[in-house]
Amino acid sequence: MITLSLSDILPYLLLAARWTLLLSFIAFVGGGIGATLLLLWRYGAPKVGGRATTVYIQLLQGTPLLLQLFLVFFGLPLLGIEVSPLFAASIALTLYASAFLAEIWRGCVDAVPRGQWDASASLGMSFTIRMRYVILPQALKIAIPPTVGFLVQLVKSTALASIVGFEELTRSGQIVANATFKPLIIYGLVALIYFAICYPLTLGSRVMERRLRVTR
Amino acid sequence: MASPNETMIELRHVDKWYGEFQVLKDISLTVAKGERVVICGPSGSGKSTVIRCINRLEEHQKGQIFVEGVELTPDSKNIDLVRREVGMVFQQFNLFPHLSILDNLTLAPRRVRKQSRAEAEERAMIYLKRVRIAEQADKFPNQLSGGQQQRVAIARALCMEPQIMLFDEPTSALDPEMIKEVLDVMVELAEEHMTMICVTHEMGFAKTVADKVIFMDHGQIVEIAPPGEFFSAPKNERTQMFLSQVLKH
Repeated sequence: MITLSLSDILPYLLLAARWTLLLSFIAFVGGGIGATLLLLWRYGAPKVGGRATTVYIQLLQGTPLLLQLFLVFFGLPLLGIEVSPLFAASIALTLYASAFLAEIWRGCVDAVPRGQWDASASLGMSFTIRMRYVILPQALKIAIPPTVGFLVQLVKSTALASIVGFEELTRSGQIVANATFKPLIIYGLVALIYFAICYPLTLGSRVMERRLRVTR
Repeated sequence: MASPNETMIELRHVDKWYGEFQVLKDISLTVAKGERVVICGPSGSGKSTVIRCINRLEEHQKGQIFVEGVELTPDSKNIDLVRREVGMVFQQFNLFPHLSILDNLTLAPRRVRKQSRAEAEERAMIYLKRVRIAEQADKFPNQLSGGQQQRVAIARALCMEPQIMLFDEPTSALDPEMIKEVLDVMVELAEEHMTMICVTHEMGFAKTVADKVIFMDHGQIVEIAPPGEFFSAPKNERTQMFLSQVLKH
């Protein structure tokens, strides 16, 4: 057993939290781009795109994230593609986030009244112009709370990357806890750090929502 | 003004189904330039569907529709071009709630017609004055009354300088005291010989401005007649019954 003081442990955990943040960021940005592409396909080509995106979303929502991570981390090497834990986790979380964000945002686009589509179409606006200037600005406002809600989920889901050996916050906590035999304190600290990341997100979402309501 | 017989809109034997249910049955209709047409009929008779087919917010399955000589077809890339020439006013106004009144009016001219902001705003103010609402330019739609919103919607459509205007029950969602302000604007347009098709229950409007009145029932055109004839001597039994109901009070 090694004795480590809190002043040794905390910086170590905080440094590991950077990886959690990085992974969350990659997954959110990648997922956001993926979701946007899925939605453009879905609305741009309702017949083919609509069906294909539905299947993709159903598959990713209907299987555990842990399994998706295993499939990327253990599956890709079998196809001859070597992947690092960070790369595997980034891919798996991006695919996962793109499916969920696409579904969340689809709901927000559908929540924009039908009449807005009719009115903008009747003025001769192309699909792109309608989306860009009429539909998306309205969908965006509806989208903020559920998107942030999902982002918080995503931050916490990055803990799964510890299982394939990626040394983010949870994995580092495990290592320290095993070394010090103080799981209660260490995991408590780890939980607090997650909370410190997630809570401001929720607060920020409320502020943004309020601001958008005022400018409307 | 163009030659009076120039055809702006032509429907030839148009049929449309929602699944099994046939909403339009063999609709044939021509509208000449400058002609003002009122379509009336009981709810569910297909009258809104007819005008929504003219700018292809709805697709018809059989027959042909021509707008200014261009046929509307499923693979037509000209739909956006046709829509630029056909303005539409909706029952629920459908203003863009996230944009100011002025931005509501300038969005399509700027993005579709590629006008500069200054040019688009100048025109927008002209049309806002015409619908007597210029002082509200900087407000947002939800700050206006229903009648004001509908007048803005008319001005928004006019900003694209369309050749044809379609009105889909423009006064049906309004409180009674606001109906007149909207009808007044529509009468002015009619007096300028804008080609227009109005789906409406306002029989007074039909009497004063329409060149012809169309009565629809169960997806069919039952009767087409000039208003004088239509209201005083309707030929069809169903038209007579409808009129006796709407004109009773």
